[in-house]
Amino acid sequence: MRPATLRVGMSTCGLAAGAGAAHRALTREIALRELPLRLEGTGCLGACHREPLVEVLDGAGAVLYGPITEEAVGPLLDHLSGAGAPVPEDRVVSRRGDRSDYPFLGRQQKLTTQLCGVIDPHSLDAYLAHGGYEALRQARRTPPEQVVEAVKASRLRGRGGAGFPTGAKWEISRAQRRRPKYVVCNADEGDPGAFMDRTLIEGDPHRVIEGMLIGAWATGATGAYVYIRAEYPLAVAALQEAIGQARELGVVGRDVFGTGTPFEIVVKEGAGAFVCGEETALMRSIEGHRGMPTMRPPYPSEHGLWGHPTTINNVETFAAVPSIMLEGPGWFAAMGTERCGGTKAFALAGAIERSGLVEVPMGMTLREMVYEIGGGCRGGRAFKAVQLGGPSGGCVPAGLLDTRIDYEDLRATGAIMGSGGMVVADETNCMVDLARFFLAFTQDESCGKCVPCRVGARKMLDLLTAATQGRAAPGDLRRLESLCRTVEAASLCGLGQTAPNPVRTTLRYFPEEYAAHMEERRCPAGVCPMSGGQEAA
Amino acid sequence: MPGRGMPHERRAGGSVTTITVDGRVVGFAPGATVMEAALAGGIDIPRLCHHPELRPSGGCRLCLVEVEGMPKPVPACGLACRDGMVVATVGDRLWAMRREIIDLFVSEHPLACSTCEADGACDLQRYAAAVGVTESTHPTEVHRSLYQDDNPFFVRDHQYCILCGKCVRVCDEVVGVNAIDFAGRGFESHVATPFDGDLIESACVFCGSCVQVCPTAALRPVTRLRRGREAEFARVRTICGYCGVGCGIEYALAEGQIVYAAGYPGAPVNGEFLCAKGRSGWDFVSSPDRLTRPLVRRDLAYRAGLTTDPWEMPDTSPLGSRKADTEAFLPVSWEVALGLVADRLAAVVTEHGPDAVAGLASARCTNEENYLFQKLMRAGIGTNNVDHCARLCHASTVAGLGAAFGSGAMTNPIREIREADCLLITGSNTAESHPVIGYEVVRAVKRGASLVIIDPRRIPLVDHATLWLQPRPGMDVFVFLAMMHVILRGGWEDPAFIAERTEGFEALAAAVREHPPEVAALASGVPAALIEEAARVYALGARAAGGDERPRGRGRSSILYAMGITQRSNGTDLVRALADLAMLCGHLGKPATGVNPLRGQSNVQGACDVGALPNVLPGYQPVADAEKRAAVAAAWGVSHLPESPGLTVVEMMRAATAGRVRAMYVMGENPMISDPNLTHVEEALRSLDLLVVQDIFPSETALLAHVILPAASSLEKDGTFTNTERRVQLLAPVVPAPGQARPDWEIVGRLAEAVAARLGREGGPRWRFGSTADIMAELGQVTPQYRGIGHERLEGESLVWPCPAPGHPGTPILHTTAFTRGRGLFHPVRAALPAEQPDDEYPLILTTGRILVHYHSGTMTRRSESLAWREPRGFAEVNAADAATAGVLDGKPMIIRSRRGEVRTQARVTDRVPPGVVFLSFHWKEGAANLLTSDESLDPVAKIPELKVSAVRIERPARP
Repeated sequence: MRPATLRVGMSTCGLAAGAGAAHRALTREIALRELPLRLEGTGCLGACHREPLVEVLDGAGAVLYGPITEEAVGPLLDHLSGAGAPVPEDRVVSRRGDRSDYPFLGRQQKLTTQLCGVIDPHSLDAYLAHGGYEALRQARRTPPEQVVEAVKASRLRGRGGAGFPTGAKWEISRAQRRRPKYVVCNADEGDPGAFMDRTLIEGDPHRVIEGMLIGAWATGATGAYVYIRAEYPLAVAALQEAIGQARELGVVGRDVFGTGTPFEIVVKEGAGAFVCGEETALMRSIEGHRGMPTMRPPYPSEHGLWGHPTTINNVETFAAVPSIMLEGPGWFAAMGTERCGGTKAFALAGAIERSGLVEVPMGMTLREMVYEIGGGCRGGRAFKAVQLGGPSGGCVPAGLLDTRIDYEDLRATGAIMGSGGMVVADETNCMVDLARFFLAFTQDESCGKCVPCRVGARKMLDLLTAATQGRAAPGDLRRLESLCRTVEAASLCGLGQTAPNPVRTTLRYFPEEYAAHMEERRCPAGVCPMSGGQEAA
Repeated sequence: MPGRGMPHERRAGGSVTTITVDGRVVGFAPGATVMEAALAGGIDIPRLCHHPELRPSGGCRLCLVEVEGMPKPVPACGLACRDGMVVATVGDRLWAMRREIIDLFVSEHPLACSTCEADGACDLQRYAAAVGVTESTHPTEVHRSLYQDDNPFFVRDHQYCILCGKCVRVCDEVVGVNAIDFAGRGFESHVATPFDGDLIESACVFCGSCVQVCPTAALRPVTRLRRGREAEFARVRTICGYCGVGCGIEYALAEGQIVYAAGYPGAPVNGEFLCAKGRSGWDFVSSPDRLTRPLVRRDLAYRAGLTTDPWEMPDTSPLGSRKADTEAFLPVSWEVALGLVADRLAAVVTEHGPDAVAGLASARCTNEENYLFQKLMRAGIGTNNVDHCARLCHASTVAGLGAAFGSGAMTNPIREIREADCLLITGSNTAESHPVIGYEVVRAVKRGASLVIIDPRRIPLVDHATLWLQPRPGMDVFVFLAMMHVILRGGWEDPAFIAERTEGFEALAAAVREHPPEVAALASGVPAALIEEAARVYALGARAAGGDERPRGRGRSSILYAMGITQRSNGTDLVRALADLAMLCGHLGKPATGVNPLRGQSNVQGACDVGALPNVLPGYQPVADAEKRAAVAAAWGVSHLPESPGLTVVEMMRAATAGRVRAMYVMGENPMISDPNLTHVEEALRSLDLLVVQDIFPSETALLAHVILPAASSLEKDGTFTNTERRVQLLAPVVPAPGQARPDWEIVGRLAEAVAARLGREGGPRWRFGSTADIMAELGQVTPQYRGIGHERLEGESLVWPCPAPGHPGTPILHTTAFTRGRGLFHPVRAALPAEQPDDEYPLILTTGRILVHYHSGTMTRRSESLAWREPRGFAEVNAADAATAGVLDGKPMIIRSRRGEVRTQARVTDRVPPGVVFLSFHWKEGAANLLTSDESLDPVAKIPELKVSAVRIERPARP
């Protein structure tokens, strides 16, 4: 047989689907059978619905198999060694290197995730072999001002969801005279169902570090933090390992690039509070306080960690930076819309045929996302809406599916870009229940500091719970709408200000479902108990 | 960073900029918020979580205002003013939003206002009424049911909590202990100690600042429970009678009884914050132990024919008795008591001369009383034998700073400490001994100041320190000298200040050249690099990393020190070393700089000022100065005054033992606890022919007296106290004195009259005064610094001496253009070792001090229920290494033995003290620290004993 390399996706999603057992079986069987196969663990390719994924590269081509669970290992090896029957077609994902035969992958444009599922994330050499840290070297040969200009010209905007122009943020930080300055990477990915940051860090941690180091060079920062969920043990370990390798490489540590100046990256694990993804709360948490948001202004760029200028960007934002340096801002900008360059990763989930992590250029329509990449609703059911941006976002109904993926276009629908959560609802989902679910999440995660969020969101939840239990009182709808306005307008931080979004957008696009629940005490989708809350009690 | 403080205070250079609020133009200073500018301009903005002394939180959302050009309402508390900003604080949309916010607050708050103890004092109630919310439109859910009454200071009644977070912030930003924070999330959020445990298990210092700022009934003093409504209470403001900070306190009273104490906004020293003693330590006034009638000891009563029962004084020490028992005394009338005392005093003067009489005035009595007391000794009896416990605390300050600057007091105001860029604290456990000054230090650090602490103990403020230098006890002088060495080596001195304002620099420079930090490191145990960094930070006033930015140039550095420097056999030299350090860097005469001795007692500064010292007349006029003596004599109407300096505290005791002093009059002092070597003190007091003690409690000293005179406490009289920053403040009686107890000035005046009559000196000096204001008027005539201070000027305000003329505004900062003595005098200090060194027999060093909740000899605080609950008994701190060597266990009995005596106390094994050092607080008669201290090694200038360094050994008692 031809010698080949086998890549097994070993990220959290792969492991959850059984990649660990499959990898062990492959190791054992290759050794026992003395096959000329090299086994590599990689990050995630994103096709979570087909995990565990095994890619076979034999010089002639690349075939992607999945799911290859433990029991499928034997037949796969039988086939590869020419000893057995072909692998059933339902376990073959793609036979082409460009994945053009599998639209879920073929329609994507992978930029920040380009090496996820391709390289061994534990290997610095693998990253270097793909041009790793070349962007940093290039950046450090460029005056910081020009690096900032390049990022501005690329039209890169904050991928955490708010979409603030990254170049402009860096320019403000750069202009600050106070020292020291910090760079912070926000990896506190808390939206339910979102896993863009996790996938990136698990699959290609050095890209994030390289982006941070370029950001530090551009803004004049001398230290950095990564604030990451403690619930991401693999990502934390990958990051720490990568920082250690970067130290050996000499790009982090006491003497960076032989300049005699130190630069340290500290990994700070969160303690499970959703609100710590909010940048001011995140900084309070790094400082050792309870993570509670503070008022802005002053913004972190001017007055951040311990009062010092601090550039906070999302994992994906930093991960986009090396490509901008290497390929040029024009190339990056050309990928997106007139207002926003580059690509965006989404965690496609819910009632969708093909779920997983997808990265697409800005400007793609939601329809393309749902139908071409996602393959439409599972079981051929009718599409109802897609919830963007998790609990802080809103839903977009079928009639608006031609909306482009663009910060402003999405905002016009009442939804937001958000950090990349994309949950599809079909005809069997109840939109009131969906709103209630997300609101239950945010009100539980409120930090308790401001009363509109702490009490207002709770009162909204009480009204929605009553509606889904058939207990709505006359006037509840008006009260709910009024609370939406108060909580949005009066809350201190983004968590509270956006908490009503799922309710507002479902109210806007599915008023008949609310009317059915609150006036007729009926759930059209048949999801809600409508039993007066008897069983809930 | 949004600014704090009143905008007008920060306005500089006439660069007033303005914003428009509701159509009115108001000015603002750089950094001011819209809230600050509006409030200063008289425009009220609704707010529940805002406090002028705390950083803005933005949590209550009531202060949302509309700003032109901003899409959404923004909180005024966090919004920095920009010139030309146009703000609307009222309007239908805003009021509708505020109404909805109040509606949400009310939906989780009990609406039983009419029976609530905060009725009429509740901010939520006020705003709910303002927006017309009488009940919530939402289902009401009062869900925080926790009621925590785990301590005798205050209760935490969570149902009333609105989570404004002011308590959390005050505990962090002002008190600096972070005993509480938010816990839980969302609707379940609440304010909690770690793991919702009891407060005593947390870092809480029971200062009650959280109670002070609470806008509802969630935090209430225990003494206030079930005592009625706020509106029913009478209120009286006076000055705290404990330490020398001089906090303003407002007492709430019901039916003439104190209900609770609180701070009030605008108190010149403390703002509205207090410590545990000030807020809770007032209940001693109604203790059953209070002295209410004059008492004559039974043996003297028998001899004087007042009783027919003979009686002999037993020789058991009052230190051994558990309870202060006055059974040995016979109650008599004032006439009998004063007549008896006057007879005996006159007899001693006649038989042995005036110098056989000695008097101890009191740092706890008013200026007027101390003035009258020293006048009695000098003009009535004719001796300079008058001293008080300042001898044992800041005599070396008065001597050292007097020699260096010309006056021995704090150079700068307390409220400026927060503005400093660098604070150097040495020999002061500020957070426990002067807690409210500790709050200033915390605030400075929170604003970015660097804090350098030089102390052998890990005092609480070390938690906030930028640098902590831990010299071996007694070796700090090496550190100070090496710091000066480093400053000169680094060129960090202020040559212009040295040239224009000082003299003697060359001698100093030559002397410190001998003290490189490496040598100091060997002697003190402080690493040389740490000394160098401390020198740099202090000299340049360098702010801590992470602090707010300051303009370039030399920052403002201030030195704070206390007994750790002064109670030393070279105390005067140590004080002069600190003075040298400040002069070297020019950190004097400017705001937020200076050399600041923190004085320990409510009126120790004033008692010194008005002449309760053996070598000076009022206003520090030397008794040896014939001209000044004659002027005072003329003012008093006597032909002459004694010219040779009198005996100091320790010398009086020696003279008594030797029979040279035969009678002592002690006003409000307790030398049986507070003086060194108590065995000697007791011997001395027992040998007297007459001991008269005037006090509020039967103190250990009083129990040895022949006659006890019952006095009114500071809460029961008027007069003035001068605090540690030289601020003269008026007292007001809060409650009546118990029984026949009288203010000290009345007693001293009547006794003086009686003595004058016995000695045939009627028609001499004036002894009869109608009021303390009358005494102050005379005091001002003979005390230059107080000449412009009369009670009429102190109503509702305070003045900082020197105030030489009636229209003078007072002098908060000393030495601004010239030193009191002209030029500042450098003094090359010799590095001397403590008099007593550890040896094989006594291998450890004992150091003494206060603890937070107790005060001095404990007569007051140990009779306060809540304070005594917090620390019911004495203890000593010992390092684990020494404890292990001696077999001493944590929480178990331990014996400390010195060459003078032994004390049995409880051991606390802790790393607050390094190996080789034992710390014993001195509040406990049953474990009195001064049984161990020495009265031999006195500072040669100030005659202060070395209370801070004694060689001891520790033992595990044979009997547990």
